[in-house]
Amino acid sequence: MSITYLEAIREAQYEALRHNPAVFLYGQDIDTFGGAFKATKNLGKEFPGRVFDSPISEDAMVGMAVGAAIEGARPIVEMQFADFSSVGFNQIVNQAATLYWRTNTPCPITIRLPSGGTAGSGPFHSQSMEALYAHYPGLVIVTPATVEDAYWMLLDSIAIDDPVIFCEHKFLYYHLKSDEIGPRTLPVGKARIARPGRHATIVTYSAMVHEALRAAEELQLDGYSIEVVDLRSVKPMDTDTILASVARTGRLLALGEAFPWGGVTAEIVSRVATEGFHLLDAPPMRLNSKDTPIPYHPNLWKAHRPTIATIAAALRRLLRY
Amino acid sequence: MGRVAPNSLIPRAEPVVPTDFRAQFLQTYQHMLLSRVLEEKLGALYRAGGRIVGGVYLGKGQEAFSAALGAQLQKGKDLYGPLIRDQAGRIAFGEPVLDCVRTYLGAVTGPMRGRDGNIHRGRPRDGYMAMISHLGSLLSVVAGGLFAKRLAGKLHDAIGATSIGDGGTSTGAFHEGLNMAAVEKLPLIVSVANNQYAYSTPNSRQYACENLVDRAAGYGITGVSVDATDLGACLEVFRAAVQRARSGGGPQMIVGTLLRLAGHGEHDDASYVPDLARKGPLSGDCLGIAERRIIDEAWMSERDLKELLTESRNKVDQAVAKVSKEPTPDPFKDNWQALSCADLVEGQHEA
Repeated sequence: MSITYLEAIREAQYEALRHNPAVFLYGQDIDTFGGAFKATKNLGKEFPGRVFDSPISEDAMVGMAVGAAIEGARPIVEMQFADFSSVGFNQIVNQAATLYWRTNTPCPITIRLPSGGTAGSGPFHSQSMEALYAHYPGLVIVTPATVEDAYWMLLDSIAIDDPVIFCEHKFLYYHLKSDEIGPRTLPVGKARIARPGRHATIVTYSAMVHEALRAAEELQLDGYSIEVVDLRSVKPMDTDTILASVARTGRLLALGEAFPWGGVTAEIVSRVATEGFHLLDAPPMRLNSKDTPIPYHPNLWKAHRPTIATIAAALRRLLRY
Repeated sequence: MGRVAPNSLIPRAEPVVPTDFRAQFLQTYQHMLLSRVLEEKLGALYRAGGRIVGGVYLGKGQEAFSAALGAQLQKGKDLYGPLIRDQAGRIAFGEPVLDCVRTYLGAVTGPMRGRDGNIHRGRPRDGYMAMISHLGSLLSVVAGGLFAKRLAGKLHDAIGATSIGDGGTSTGAFHEGLNMAAVEKLPLIVSVANNQYAYSTPNSRQYACENLVDRAAGYGITGVSVDATDLGACLEVFRAAVQRARSGGGPQMIVGTLLRLAGHGEHDDASYVPDLARKGPLSGDCLGIAERRIIDEAWMSERDLKELLTESRNKVDQAVAKVSKEPTPDPFKDNWQALSCADLVEGQHEA
């Protein structure tokens, strides 16, 4: 029996509801309907009075969660798509993120963001918002790339006494499967070496971990061994693991699906350049999506985001230097 | 409310005004007076320069409307999310004057510890929310507190209350929050102080409906209007609204009509308010009107009122003197951590 990334997210919420009476779920179409992606399938039935359909009001959804958290609840808010969290942006970055620092009151809320692109989803159902939220103090941003991390990091997120932005990648929902959910391995804040290597390091997160692994396999055919670091959480960012990897390989490719201006990959390069300049044998590289809105048609969409081919090409340039 | 002139020849077998109403009126008046005195002091400190680093935002003219709501709430049980011009409501709710002065002066002893200032203060764990500057966004927070209380079976007859102004009703957050509270039938009082101006923008540029209270119907909630310069009327309206909310009547929208008798902040001379409005029917000062009623009803003498004023001034002066000796924040002692989970705070890469 196998479990998908999406099912792991549902199972984690099931466990949280089962073990902690303070947990409740709030989001659009999540009760009877089970959510746009079925991440809350049957949870409303299994936990009556704890899974609530919300109005289409992302601002009020987050504000409500903050108020509930102040009163001791641990709400999980489902944004139907990460893109729509922009409507709740103010409550996330100004209300939730500042609450503890301003008032010494913890704000244990988890906001689930179905993130990233899938073919045919277009400009407003495909975005990756992690960099925007990571920019603001007071938030934890997790970006699981595996079934195990989807499960354990969601449980970790719910247990954390601060607002957590849980960026779950829609592309992985059905494609990514695991035979079983193994035991918890790493805490939030620790990166994982997804593949060890000697010649270059790719630092990435979320769905791009899998593209990076495939590109690394391609480079293996040319005799190069590529290390892949899965950040797991982009904030906190595990700089030590990144630097240790670059120390082994001397070369860095920071890879992300998000837009290219600023963002997580820029942060990775910035940290390696400032703290590990002496470790580098080549200028650090970045690879992101194109600097346009995310296109609808698969032909355009596949060319907009980094692919195995463009990652492999970037690695070859990096290795040639 | 009937009014009886102090020198009336009509014999009074029993008081026309119930004594509990009179007691609440007088107590609320004291909150209003203390608020006015405190705010005048804050304004003076601001104009003198040096002590208050940020702005000063006063509720002059709104004390009756604000305090009449605060006076209905039970601290420790009800939730309160006041806004900019709610100094009087905060006092009526039970916030000590020290919390206000400490926040304005940025003392580390205050609830905000110099991290936030002036009107952005509260003690959320005590059900007293600390507003952010984004108008309308507090409504859903107070609603969420009520929602969680109900979910935990701890709501009983507790209620929540939050304030907004005419301008704040134009925000999406206000609409989303109130609609959500209505859908959930939460016991939430939303008081709208329609003071005619949002900063400098007159109502004619703010909304197009005849009266803001008409909006209540659109949310499926009860809406009531009141002359916000009349403390007696405000007390009565909020008392009834709170009673409805406590007994399952859902959200209540109370719109008070008045004129803001100050600028948006003390930096603002409100020169955009035309003389016609300054002398118009809305321009009454609720504090003076309440005083006149107290005298007219012979509830207190002029001398008693003067004594109250002196008491209030002493209280404020003592608070300012005390806080002036208290420590201001030390950047080397602040932990500079925005997360409560210390293990998730990133290493100080820039340090």
